[in-house]
Amino acid sequence: MENSIYLDEARDPLIIAEGWMKDGKDVAIATVVETWGSAPRPVGSHLVIDADGNFHGSVSGGCVEGAVVTEAIDVIGSGKARMLEFGVADETAWQVGLSCGGRIKVYVERLG
Amino acid sequence: MDPYVLKTLNAERRARRAAILVTDLGDGRDRIVREGDPVAGELGAAIARAFRTGNSGSVEAEGRTFFLNAHLPQPRLVVIGAVHISQALAPMARIAGYPVEIIDPRTAFATPERFPDVVLHAEWPQDVLARQPLDSYTALAAVTHDPKIDDFALKAALDARCFYVGALGSRKTHAKRVERLLALGASADQIARIHAPIGLDIGAASPAEIAVAVLAQTIHAFRSRGLEAKGAVA
Repeated sequence: MENSIYLDEARDPLIIAEGWMKDGKDVAIATVVETWGSAPRPVGSHLVIDADGNFHGSVSGGCVEGAVVTEAIDVIGSGKARMLEFGVADETAWQVGLSCGGRIKVYVERLG
Repeated sequence: MDPYVLKTLNAERRARRAAILVTDLGDGRDRIVREGDPVAGELGAAIARAFRTGNSGSVEAEGRTFFLNAHLPQPRLVVIGAVHISQALAPMARIAGYPVEIIDPRTAFATPERFPDVVLHAEWPQDVLARQPLDSYTALAAVTHDPKIDDFALKAALDARCFYVGALGSRKTHAKRVERLLALGASADQIARIHAPIGLDIGAASPAEIAVAVLAQTIHAFRSRGLEAKGAVA
């Protein structure tokens, strides 16, 4: 239900990340930390990723999730956080850019 | 992210308590700040702002860059009284981002036909609020005109530090209500928080106009709320 006053436990990325952690999985958390222009998801939005590439949530509504998942698997391996930047000016714009013309910065870190 | 920090954050969110996750983007260290926790300096000011607005963002402080992710509970509005005003208020408030629940033990009023798509409890406020307690991210508007129904809920809203408490009725009606609430054990400071007569003074006349005035006052109370918990709750 829209505007529910309770957490949607089945779809909430941070709740899912906690559940994965309890199941003993390795997890990365990606967070939108900055946006410029028209960006599909607000600052603070999360995508959570496990080592097998399963993911929940979104940082861009589908435009760059694929690239973030790939980076996240590296971050799970190395344990070193990364700051990713996506925008239409990117040379890879047509593969993983934001077609809406905005730019976003995404912080990817390992849980634990 | 520290696993313990994630667990703590989720526990706060499940309990409908505001929390901010503060991450140092330089070294990745993070911690949870709860509403009312003292944090000094520029970082403290930015955290206070984030609690008020609910906006997340980066802040430069102490030569470092911190990301503040603000997790505020969804604000909501509980209306005591399934009356004409509530029929207009429920859809308007939902559109504005304040989901509504209506409580009225009078089963002739609290019918799904009169209130489609609204969470409706045809029960006494005592019973509903015992199951689903009020909290500081809840607004309460008492609009039945009936002390038997309104008074308990008003006292409960004051005790739960609801961010908005409004009660329908003239100044004369309210003066009598104040006496009753004092007798119920409410303090004068608590009672002073009640907005009565209810609603912003926009000269509202019809039930729908009164609903606009109540919604506007609710929004104003939410957006201008200070960190009242500061110091008051240990």
